[in-house]
Amino acid sequence: MTEAVAVGAARPAIARTRRRRVSFRAVFGITVLLAIGASALLAPRLAPWDPARQMLLKRLRPPAWEARGLREHPLGTDHLGRDILSRILHGGRISLLVGLSAVALAAGLGVTLGLCAGFFGGRTDAIIMRIVDVFLAIPYILLAMGVVFALGPSLLNVILVMGATRWVQFARIVRADVLSIREREFVTGARARGNRSGRLLLRHVLPNALTPIIVVATLELAFMIIYESALSFLGLGVQPPTPTWGWMLSDGRNYIATAWWLATFPGLAIMLTVLAVNLLGDWLRDTLDPRLKI
Amino acid sequence: MPPLLQVEDLVTEFRTATGPLRAVDRVSFTVDRGEVLGLVGESGCGKSVTSLSIMRLVPPPGRITAGRILLDGEDLLVKDAEAMRQVRGARIGMVFQEPMTSLNPVFSIGDQIASAALAHSGGGRAAAWERAVEMLHQVQVPAPRERVRDYPHQLSGGLRQRAMLALALISGPRLLIADEPTTALDVTIQAQILDLLRRLQAERGMAVLMITHDLGVVAELCHRVAVIYAGRIVELAPVERIFARPLHPYTRGLLRCLPHPRRFGQPLHSIEGAPPDSRRPSAGCRFAPRCPHAIESCRRDEPALEAREPGHLVACPVTT
Repeated sequence: MTEAVAVGAARPAIARTRRRRVSFRAVFGITVLLAIGASALLAPRLAPWDPARQMLLKRLRPPAWEARGLREHPLGTDHLGRDILSRILHGGRISLLVGLSAVALAAGLGVTLGLCAGFFGGRTDAIIMRIVDVFLAIPYILLAMGVVFALGPSLLNVILVMGATRWVQFARIVRADVLSIREREFVTGARARGNRSGRLLLRHVLPNALTPIIVVATLELAFMIIYESALSFLGLGVQPPTPTWGWMLSDGRNYIATAWWLATFPGLAIMLTVLAVNLLGDWLRDTLDPRLKI
Repeated sequence: MPPLLQVEDLVTEFRTATGPLRAVDRVSFTVDRGEVLGLVGESGCGKSVTSLSIMRLVPPPGRITAGRILLDGEDLLVKDAEAMRQVRGARIGMVFQEPMTSLNPVFSIGDQIASAALAHSGGGRAAAWERAVEMLHQVQVPAPRERVRDYPHQLSGGLRQRAMLALALISGPRLLIADEPTTALDVTIQAQILDLLRRLQAERGMAVLMITHDLGVVAELCHRVAVIYAGRIVELAPVERIFARPLHPYTRGLLRCLPHPRRFGQPLHSIEGAPPDSRRPSAGCRFAPRCPHAIESCRRDEPALEAREPGHLVACPVTT
């Protein structure tokens, strides 16, 4: 018994040393994401101003450290005299909300279809993969533009369109992985124990395909934030007065020569978020890759 | 009372670009209650396809095209998918060759055994977990209460194969199909696993269909042996007869391939030639091209599997 206890006590120690390989990338990514997430959640409390409040007398003021800057507007004001810091904080809510929901939607759709295609094969696979080919053949921005034009731009529609155009990334990765997993002996073994197909899929196939799904999800989250910005930039995203990073970027473009801060700060916010998510995704990929495990 | 398992004229074919490939050709045998039947043959002779056919788990493009498989007198081939699902695991258990890949790597072995127990006989999660521990104890996993929380990659090959056995036996099947369960293990572990299999088989009065290419395993464990060549059973006899007085030239060839202390220093025997291409079945005996005793009629007529003595069947008209 004492020996068993000793073995049991030794094991977590090994696990800890292995987990200690947390890199700078991971720490940076997680810290930045937590900060952005917290500031987005707490935006109504943190933001010094109402993001939609226009103060025309104070329009186009530079950041506080510039000559004409005002202390109450640390990152300056835009062409309508709205506080840029407050708008970035509030815009983060939308960007992250849209990004996360679109990734969740795309992952849900793509993983389900990819699982079915890879596992059942044959006609199911053929039909699903032809649909995937169609989606890949049409430029997704074009597709999104068409759909948003037809349905009208709203927060929900934008999320739906973004999820529905990017699910193919998940479907392809999951299908490829499932094709190899379903041939492994433990799947035949589970079948030989009388498991139903549904249980086989959810318990034996899906958990083994989780690593690439997580990695693709982080990469897609970064992509979705840019995607939303692109749609907003084209005037098809979330509509004003709701602030989003993409819209602020496109708005500030007109003043880039005279008031650089309008486009620079939302651009920096996008860059920082995407960078953080990508670094986290990279790290997750390296950590979860079974080939790197003992 | 009918035998526990009765396979009659089983034919399993694979569709290929160059026509159907008969992996299993009119194979018939029975397994009685509490009996260990060895199914012996070289790689690719149809042993594994036979076992998968019994479970009706032949992967496409394979298909069972003829025959009957009777379990307790019920034909498994006419059952619908749901009825067949209830046979798997509960009445026929199965263990595989590769202990490395036959356990799900993302769940602990206790989790896997407990959920099999739960699916089979219900009860609560905690009770199922207890049964998993008890089962690991029965397959002689040391310190089962600690090991039950381990993941497959934390176990050695031998322990993994024990966990596989626990997983197959938790629902108390009357028949265990063991598909080369010791092939991937080193020799000392092989002996332990065979010992364990023999003990479990005797304790539970369970029938075992032992698929192997290892005649040592056959001698250790089996009561009767069916020798299979190119999809056909060529000889079926009690184990003592197979070793003492093999009748089919292929069986004799196999036995002569074994290293023997009296032939120390001499090169090991091998059977000349290669198994035939099952896509282009030739007339006559399939072993004839490699057979030292083949006569004219061997290349023309396929010999039937006939009883030479009570309980000793052989498909060769030449040898005596």
